[in-house]
Amino acid sequence: MIPPFAGFGLGLRRPHYAEFLEHRVAVDFLEVISENFMVDGGQPRRILRDVRARYPVALHGVSMSIGSADGLDAAYLARLRALVDEIEPLFVSDHLSWSRIEGFNSHDLLPLPYTDEALALVAANVHRAQDALGRAMLVENPSSYIDFAPAGMTEWEFLDALCARTGCGLLLDVNNVFVSARNHGFDPVAYLDGVPHARVRQIHLAGHSCGAELLVDTHDRPVPASVWDLYAHIVPRLGPVATMIERDDDIPPLAELLGELGTARLIAAGAVAEAA
Amino acid sequence: MNLLALQRDMRGWLTREDVRAARRIGPHAAPGLRVYQNSYRAQLMACLEASFARTLAWIGHDAFRAAAATHIDATPPSSWTLDAYARDFPATLAGLFVDDPEVAELAALELALEEVFVGPDADPLGVADMADVDWNRVVLRLAPALDLVATHTNAAAIWSALAAGEAPPGACHLDEPEAALVWRQNDRARFRGLDQFEWQALIRARSGMPFAMLCDETARAFGDDAAAMAGGWLGRWIADGLIVGFVEPD
Repeated sequence: MIPPFAGFGLGLRRPHYAEFLEHRVAVDFLEVISENFMVDGGQPRRILRDVRARYPVALHGVSMSIGSADGLDAAYLARLRALVDEIEPLFVSDHLSWSRIEGFNSHDLLPLPYTDEALALVAANVHRAQDALGRAMLVENPSSYIDFAPAGMTEWEFLDALCARTGCGLLLDVNNVFVSARNHGFDPVAYLDGVPHARVRQIHLAGHSCGAELLVDTHDRPVPASVWDLYAHIVPRLGPVATMIERDDDIPPLAELLGELGTARLIAAGAVAEAA
Repeated sequence: MNLLALQRDMRGWLTREDVRAARRIGPHAAPGLRVYQNSYRAQLMACLEASFARTLAWIGHDAFRAAAATHIDATPPSSWTLDAYARDFPATLAGLFVDDPEVAELAALELALEEVFVGPDADPLGVADMADVDWNRVVLRLAPALDLVATHTNAAAIWSALAAGEAPPGACHLDEPEAALVWRQNDRARFRGLDQFEWQALIRARSGMPFAMLCDETARAFGDDAAAMAGGWLGRWIADGLIVGFVEPD
């Protein structure tokens, strides 16, 4: 089992590098995008080392492609392992999705049908990744815009089975649950109640946009009330968990994100107290 | 449909807008497929715009986006890192702007700057480290985050003007090809122009030619001035942080 970490953090983004390095910012951890630092050297690696000296760090990837039908990229895993060994992160995570097939890399988190075939393949890829990394990883539920139903199982049933087969943990993105639920017409509360709570080690909170026909996971605005409500539902059902605000575009001043993190702290404290 | 066939169809839709592949993915998949394709193309466009900001400023937004769209159609990404997608763009520009060769050279310079910025680390040596060097035998080990970009136009001057926010000079051909030395010093990617002779000397030094042999080559070209010239290069290379070690062959 992956050791839990209880706390509240933010994603480390370029506009905030100096504040995190020059001040003691009130966060319990920082999450970085792994690929941004899987470079040979230079300023990015130095900044990450300096950040790690001040804060616990979680590595969050977007390119492992654990759903690729032709397996994982060995060179990618080797680079990630080197970063893991250097940074000694709280968690290593990536998405329940695929990006790469037969030499093509979409650089997007593409959806999977939740079939027995896909489960066997993703489980084999997660096993291989965990062997290469020397540790168990977290798998994050994606936002999706295509529903392959009827596919045999729901996404939460797929994640439950994946955790059981591989020993991986979950990074539960509450915004992604909301976006996919709205796009595909399922009940987000049923999703949250259906994931294996004991496996959840990290939570993402973010905002989304309304596209022409679908909600789109844009991470470019504050966490909306609908996502806060779902967070309040799930957080008292979990054990110790690391909660973070994920903002990737239209990045506001750090104080604004710390304000949202304060909201998360209040909701978590209130919801846990109410449940008790 | 099995997973491999599904993923091949998705690739066909993203890269070629293959409508038959899209239909096979699902009868109600069209809205979602449009989201994924918009995201795919927008991300590649953003990568090229971020990597080649000076080139964009030089040729203008519309021409740049048209060139980038051509590149995206012709060159699907293959690496796990989006940074690698920039690598083939100068070649695409060379084909599209045949009569304006400074465009591809400007892009090549930008690419080199971006790549040395995240190149491998190595601590540069200083003058004090040279005390016990056997100059008759030694091979210089140059910084790994270093590139030499050949230029036949004044692309380097255009880059400098654009970076400084000044009006760039008009494009022109150089009388003789030159090179830009691109390297990283104190976390900053830098470049400076090289004349033909320092360019050739750096190529030889990087290929492993002993420093004494490099001096002999220089002497053949410059006679009595060779020692001063080679010494000048060495001093500049040390000051620029280009020398990171010595190898003394057995």
